[in-house]
Amino acid sequence: MSERFFPDSMPPPLADSTTLPWWQAAAEHRLVVQRCTSCGHTRLPPAPLCPECRSADSDWKEVPGRAEVYTYTLVHRPIAAGQELPFVVAVLALEDSGGVRIISNLVEVDPEDVEIGLPVELVWEDMSADLAIPRFRPASKEIRR
Amino acid sequence: MNPQSTDRKENSGAMSGEFSTRPRAHIVGVGESRYTRWGKIGDVTEHALACQAIQLAVADAGLSMDDVDGLASFAEDRNDAVFLAAELGLPALRFANMVWMPGGGGGCAAISNAAMAVETGQAEVVVVYRSLCQGQFFRFGNAGRDAAAPADPEPPTLQQANSLMLASMGFAMPYGLLMAAAAYALPTRRHMHLYGTTSEQLGRIAVTFREHAGRNPRAVMGGRPMTLEDHQASPMIADPHHLFDCCLESDGACAVVVTTQERARDLAKRPVEILASEQGAPKGYGFGPFTNANIADDLYATGGCEEMAGRLWGKSGLGPGDVDVAQIYDHFTGCVLMQIEDYGFCKRGEGGPFIESGALSWRGGSLPTNTHGGSLSEAYIHGLNHVVEGVRSLRGESTSPIEDAEVCLVTSGACVPSSAVLLGRK
Repeated sequence: MSERFFPDSMPPPLADSTTLPWWQAAAEHRLVVQRCTSCGHTRLPPAPLCPECRSADSDWKEVPGRAEVYTYTLVHRPIAAGQELPFVVAVLALEDSGGVRIISNLVEVDPEDVEIGLPVELVWEDMSADLAIPRFRPASKEIRR
Repeated sequence: MNPQSTDRKENSGAMSGEFSTRPRAHIVGVGESRYTRWGKIGDVTEHALACQAIQLAVADAGLSMDDVDGLASFAEDRNDAVFLAAELGLPALRFANMVWMPGGGGGCAAISNAAMAVETGQAEVVVVYRSLCQGQFFRFGNAGRDAAAPADPEPPTLQQANSLMLASMGFAMPYGLLMAAAAYALPTRRHMHLYGTTSEQLGRIAVTFREHAGRNPRAVMGGRPMTLEDHQASPMIADPHHLFDCCLESDGACAVVVTTQERARDLAKRPVEILASEQGAPKGYGFGPFTNANIADDLYATGGCEEMAGRLWGKSGLGPGDVDVAQIYDHFTGCVLMQIEDYGFCKRGEGGPFIESGALSWRGGSLPTNTHGGSLSEAYIHGLNHVVEGVRSLRGESTSPIEDAEVCLVTSGACVPSSAVLLGRK
């Protein structure tokens, strides 16, 4: 569905039974955070207990996929064959998530234009039939070159 | 927020000529193999190199291998203590221990564990060791590319994580966050954003440590002077990290001998007292920014050591103003800067100007730091070489000596769970 930003040879995600539901939601193009059904605290990556109230009960809250750059780095060394350099790794503060941040890549952006505070929006990259990876690009009303 | 040196008056016990009344463990011997660029030691195995360093450290103490009854290390050490004990011919292995702290974060914690062992009678002479021959295993700086799939793979699918670490890495790896230089760039970039810290200020750290290395015949980069212009012109690895903001990748081994105060009295060298030690991580820290995007906002642009530093000062009755010389874990320049703030040598956000003042230089700086050249310029032995240098700086054996130094802070790791020791001499 979406165009490809990174080569197949990027390291694949590794999941266990705690984190698997997150990746299953991603495959359906739903970006979720884990929410404690006892106290409402939200968290990522998924974990067996709520670190605030230690409840083991949780569900998955879908978030809108808007975020702000919290910090970032421009990586000038290739991870995968055929990769364009530099590529952007960013920590993103997810909107309406209860304050959860996520590590991802910024795409469709001139690395020179990346800055802390930049508003970004979700774009799914389908890697294979059952794997989609969330990446982010500058929010539509912002930087467009 | 940060403890100041005046705190020491409020704490009981220590200082003013004598450190403690309670018998504390002492470091009595240090030693190391040759240090080289990564991959250059191929003629001996990594564990044989560990044996060399341990033998030299035990000899430096004026002890015999027959006196050693404990071994301690850290960070998934490949050189298993039970095999080393057999190879070294230890008469009996009473204590074998490894720290959980990842990577270099556990170096000082291993010293701490050795100290606990001798202070509680679990063992009498414990050797802490670290041996790294990256060419014989894998190159740390290549982590990303080693992990990456071949150029023409099958379409990627979700893979089973067979460890907690890998499941956690599952939220960093698919985005290409694998290289330490990239991971630690994240808090450093945020520090620059919040406080105006500059690449030139980070460069001053690298240049100062290189100058110290130039005086140290053991240093891998001893013959390679560096100017700030060289630093700025060095290739970008992971912005804001230039190549010269990143530590070396080295082969080598070193070792530190810890024993009781009583035993330390009549050995070969002036003993160095372990005044206090701490290890740990703040709430929710995990592996630090390497895998954790959700470190508390208040802690994200720090080394994560502030709380631990407070405990260290409290326990020792000392404060930042009492430190004569420091050996600060320097995987990346930004992590040095953030630790300087965490340990209270300046206020949070003021690390840049503090460094610009020349504070870290052995030549009259207010906080002479990494007098051996550090991991940036002596060798990357997961920071255990910083403990070795801490001991030498208090014995008056450093190649960049600090006159009358009595208290040395040594730290291990930052932006990961970490540890630290305060060393002192009477």
